[in-house]
This record gives sequence, structure tokens and C-alpha cells, in this order.
Amino acid sequence: MVSTMDMHLPATSAEQAVAPPLMQARGVNVYYGQKQALRDVSLDIRRGEVLALIGPSGCGKSTFLRCLNRMNDIVEGARVEGDIRLEGQDIYAPEMDVVLLRARVGMVAQKPNPFPKSIYDNVAYGPRIHGLTSSRAELDALVERSLRDAALWDEVKDRLREPGTSLSGGQQQRLCIARAIAVSPDVLLMDEPCSAIDPIATERIEMLIEQLRQRYAIVIVTHNMQQAARISQRTAFFHLGELVELGPTHEIFTAARSEKARDYISGRFG
Amino acid sequence: MTDAAALTPPAARPAGVPLSPHLSPRIAARRRGRHRAEMRFRLYGLAALSLCALALIVLLASLVWSGLSAFWQTHLRLEVEISTRHVDPTRPQAGDYGGMLRAALEARFPEVTSRADRRRLHALLSSGAEEDLRRMVTADPSLIGTRQRLWLLAGTDVDMAVKTGLSRVAQQIKEGAGVRLSERQLEWLERLSREGDLALRWNSRFFTAGDSRDPERVGVLGGLVGSLLTLLVCLALALPVGVAAAVYLEEFAPRNRFTALIEVNIANLAAVPSIVFGLLGLAVFLNAFGMPRSAPLVGGAVLALLSLPIIIIAARAALRAVPPSVREAALSLGASRMQVVTHHVLPLAMPGILTGTILALANALGETAPLLMIGMVAFIVDIPRDILSPATVLPVQIYMWASGAERGFVEKTAAGIMVLLAFMLSMNAAAILMRRRVERRW
Ligand SMILES: Nc1ncnc2c1ncn2[C@@H]1O[C@H](COP(=O)(O)OP(=O)(O)OP(=O)(O)O)[C@@H](O)[C@H]1O
Ligand SMILES: [Mg+2]
Repeated sequence: MVSTMDMHLPATSAEQAVAPPLMQARGVNVYYGQKQALRDVSLDIRRGEVLALIGPSGCGKSTFLRCLNRMNDIVEGARVEGDIRLEGQDIYAPEMDVVLLRARVGMVAQKPNPFPKSIYDNVAYGPRIHGLTSSRAELDALVERSLRDAALWDEVKDRLREPGTSLSGGQQQRLCIARAIAVSPDVLLMDEPCSAIDPIATERIEMLIEQLRQRYAIVIVTHNMQQAARISQRTAFFHLGELVELGPTHEIFTAARSEKARDYISGRFG
Repeated sequence: MTDAAALTPPAARPAGVPLSPHLSPRIAARRRGRHRAEMRFRLYGLAALSLCALALIVLLASLVWSGLSAFWQTHLRLEVEISTRHVDPTRPQAGDYGGMLRAALEARFPEVTSRADRRRLHALLSSGAEEDLRRMVTADPSLIGTRQRLWLLAGTDVDMAVKTGLSRVAQQIKEGAGVRLSERQLEWLERLSREGDLALRWNSRFFTAGDSRDPERVGVLGGLVGSLLTLLVCLALALPVGVAAAVYLEEFAPRNRFTALIEVNIANLAAVPSIVFGLLGLAVFLNAFGMPRSAPLVGGAVLALLSLPIIIIAARAALRAVPPSVREAALSLGASRMQVVTHHVLPLAMPGILTGTILALANALGETAPLLMIGMVAFIVDIPRDILSPATVLPVQIYMWASGAERGFVEKTAAGIMVLLAFMLSMNAAAILMRRRVERRW
């Protein structure tokens, strides 16, 4: 395990391996009403690393992501059991401030959900509510940087005042990415961020993920096996609400232990 | 596209390829049936719409027919000597303008001498003429000592006779029908008319005066201002409370038995007869809190109780129509629940909330029964100045005119309804404009 990390993170790998993980999930069970959607999931999320979640549709990938920033709180009838910690602090503890948690654990939802406001306001919203910038110029710069990082700037730089909802599906997806990274989270949760994006923009997004990885921890859900193999350091394979296999990406993709994972990755089921 | 053509198989179809099932006679007949059903459905809709339009046209036409004449009022032209005999130049306010006008009438008809005839002659003018003259001279005391040819407001009997037609009234008098003018009075009017001193003139008083016992002197302004003040109070109370309640129920309240009970009761409250709210207002606002009777403040409070459930229901529907993805997006960026509501949900729900509020207010504008309970039915001449002064509202004003004994009130009632409708239409137009402005911000 340490050796694989070495391959990807030459500089800080030694510390990383001994430092405690940024987020830690232990024995997570999630129920929607009577139905159990996640069973006893335990995994770590580390700084400087991209974790890919793969698995067939409905296996609980989005559900797990939503546990990490407590978005399941607002789902009627959803119940989360287990222990999830951010830098050692229990995020489900009563004294946890969800506003702070969600500012530090950002999320890009599976379906693009831009606000019905201007493109500029979409990106500026997070920095504004958290007071991240102190001047208009600073905010402008932050908006531009975020849009550039999300590979959207060139397409929208002349129409920042137009509604975000007037963009195409793929552009909206990138707008949501820009909006999330503008808040500078520590952990970025991305739920199929490239599902409606063309190969060129996808490449830009993947480059962005590679860059962001230096500063943040990234968890990405994807149905694209090549993408998972390209960008992630570790991969988690979910099936029917269970975490079936977790390990360094190249191991999972070349020599998965479970037959299900091997079949899924090679496209024989799913 | 005839069916024969549709049924002919295309010539280019290669052998062995089956005919499309949509071209078979059975399915074609079904399709024709579907088109006919759609046709019928459209016709029903069109018929319903025409029925509504017809009802509206009949209503408006009958209103205009009976109410239009109220906007013109009969006036007599007389030469009035504003002499120092009747008015002291230092105190024009206190002059004997009645005497001045009686003198002017007698000067015009010098042959009238008997006491009874002189009284009949004096009855041609309305007491409103005296009031107008007093106002004119008070505003411009330099008129004192001059002679003026003035158009003076005629009494309601004269007005009715002129609006019926003097010759027809003469006929009616001969037949012994109940006419409130005597033969002598009619002769005088005919003489004035021949000499061009009897005319229907624009009744601006109708828009500037309050109520009166005399139909020729009434105006809608008192009721209009009363309605406006009452609605403002109603809006100021009902909108914030209604929106706050709706936001709490929709965005914050846990779903449990207690909130379900509250929801059911709000729906029930919307169906409670309005007079019950009037009784409540009487018991609580007047008797328990000792608030003033007939005041727009109390009327507005009662109407607010009435509008609240409607506003809450409309606001909740508008809030529920905001897509949940917007809430999720804001929450996942770290917005607090209150920020989600004030930055995203409320602005998006605002057009719907405003529509519901306007509906509720239009409803409240037409309410009469609950306001009768709290004494807004009193005879009030003065235009209300604030929300504590005694006032009446337009529908109550119209109701009082409708029950007035004088024939002159009939046209005023219809004209009052026209003003009420115009008020409501302009209110709705303002609301639509406001809505547009809110909507344009997406
Ligand atoms: N709000 C909800 N209420 C009830 N059940 C839900 C809800 N959200 C998800 N589920 C159920 O939980 C299970 C896991 O759903 P989840 O959305 O996590 O799947 P997923 O792995 O993200 O699938 P996909 O790849 O299609 O996005 C599914 O069986 C789904 O039906
Ligand atoms: Mg999903």
C-alpha cells in the first residue's frame, strides 16, 4: 500500500502514510425508512488522494457521499448509523456545526443544480455567505479562477450576467464544480461530475482533479472505468449497499479479489 | 389526408415486410375517434368560455345601463348676487348662502308670491348648492359684492325628472302617477330648460365627496379611502404573518401529528363563513381590547383573520413548487437553513405568494358581512383621515345606498359598483406588474 502511494505522491508520502486520515467512516449503515441502503461501510479519506467509488446503479454510492456532508439529514425518513469523523471530530455529534461541515466538505451533485441566478452569482454565492473575500475585486478574481479551474471560463466569460440555468447540461455540471471549489473545501465530493461532459472538457476536469488533489481530498463517483483508473489512487467497489472491495486502484483494476468486482470492471455485469 | 390514401400500401414496400399496424382499418377508425373526441373537448371548453364572457357582458351592460347617468348631475344656472346683506366680507365662512340662493331664485321667478309656491321654488335647489357657494366665496372673498351667473346643483327630484325627460314627467303627472314634482315646479323647469339654464353637468362631486342623506350629494371617496385603509391594514397584518407561518410549516416544522392537525385546521379556517370572523372581531377587538368602532384598523384586522388561511395555503403551495434541488445546492455550499429560505426559496416563491395574496385581498375588498358586525356600517360623511377615524368601506357604502329610500340612490348604487370593480381591476393590474418585476429576477 505504501508503495503505491509512493508512485503518486513523491513528496509527502511518508508523512501521509502515518498522518491520520482526513475523514474516517466506521460501520456506516444507512436506512431509507425500512430499506437498508448501506451496510457496515468503513473507509478512510486521505488528503492528497482521489478515491473513486464504483459499482452498479443503486448500490449506494451517492448515499455514502451524502453521509459525508450530512445531506441525508434533509431526506425524509433517512437514518444514518455508525461513526464518521472529520479530523477526528464526530460529524454527527450534536455540537457539530453543519454549516462548517458543509463548507469544509463540498459536494457536486449527481444532477446539475445551478441556482436560477446569474452565472456569476452562482459561483460567488458560497464565498459571499462565508465571507471569504473582502473586496469586490477579490471576489471577481475568485469567480474567474473557479470558472477557469472548472474549464468553463472561456465559454461564459462574456455572459456572466446570464442565468446559470440557460447553460447546456454539461456546462451546468462544470458550473456546479466551479461553485463547489469556490468555497475552498478540504474534501470535495463529486457525484459523476463528467456524466454529461464531452471528452475535451472531461480532460480539463480530470486535470483539475489532479491539481486539486495536492490540496484537497477528493471522492469521486464514476461509471467510467477508464476514468477511475486514470485519476484515482484508490478505488472502492460497492455492491448492493456493501463495500465489497477497497484498495489501490491499479490492484483493483488488475487483480481484484472478488469475482463481482472483476466482472463489473471488465463489463460483464452492471 | 384521406383514409383511402392512408390505407393504400406504399408501392415501394418490399414483399414480405408486414404492413404497419397503424394503417389497419381498425386502428385508423380508432384514430378518427380520438380526433373527434379532441374536437368535442375543445368545443365544450369554447362553450364554457363563451358562457362566462356572456355573463360578464350582461353584468357589465346592466351596470352601465343603470349606473352611467349617476356620473352626470342636473344643475340650474342662476344669477346670484353675492351681497353684503347675506355675507360679512370679514367672515365669509359664516354667510347666509341659503338666503342668497333663495333670493336668486325669487329674482328669476318674480311672479311667485304665495308662501307654498315659494317653498316649492326653493326645493328646486339642493342643499349642496349652498355648500358649493360657501366654499367658492370662502376661497375667493373678492367675489363679495359682485353678481355671478353660476351653475347650481339641483335637488334629487329635479335631477330624476330631467333624467326621465321633462315631457314624460308631465305625462306622468297628468296620469296621476306618483311623481314628486308638482305641476308648477315642472313649468319652472321647462322655462329654465327653454332658456338654456337647465343642464346635466359632469358630477365631479361623486369622486370627491363622502356619504350624504341626499342622493345628489353623495360621493364614493369616503368608501374608497375607507376600503384602501382597511386593505392596507389587512395586508400589513396578513402578509408577514401568513408568509412566516407558511415558511415555518413548509421549511422548518417536523412532519408529525401536531403539524398535520394545524394543517387541517388552516384548511378548515379558509372555509369558515366570514360573518364568524366579524363576531370574533366584535368580541375580541371591540369588547375585550376596547378598540374604536367603525375604524379601518379593526376592519383590517378582521379581514386579515379572514385572508390569513388563504394566504398561508397559497404561500405553502408556492414554497412547495420550488424545486428541492435548489435547497440541496444551497445547503451543500454551507448555507444555513435561514439563508436557504431568504436567498433562494422565498424569492422563487414570491410570484406565487403575491398571486395568492392578491386573490385574498380582492376577496377581502368585497367582504361586507364581517364589517357590519364591527360597526363599519355607520353613516359617515367625512372622508377618513387615518386608520383610527370612523370609516366605511365601498361594499358597505353600496349596500347602504341600495337600501336607501330615495329613487336617486338607484343609479348611485350601480355607479358605486362600477367604481368598486374599477378599484379591484386596478389593484389586480398593480399586482400583475409587481409580479412581473419579481419574476424578472428569475
Ligand atoms: N431519498 C431516498 N428515499 C428512498 N430510497 C432511496 C433514496 N435515495 C436513494 N434510495 C435508495 O437507496 C439505494 C442507493 O441509492 P443511491 O442513490 O445511493 O445509488 P447510486 O449507487 O448512487 O446509484 P446511481 O449510480 O444510479 O446513481 C437505491 O436502492 C435507492 O433506491
Ligand atoms: Mg448516484
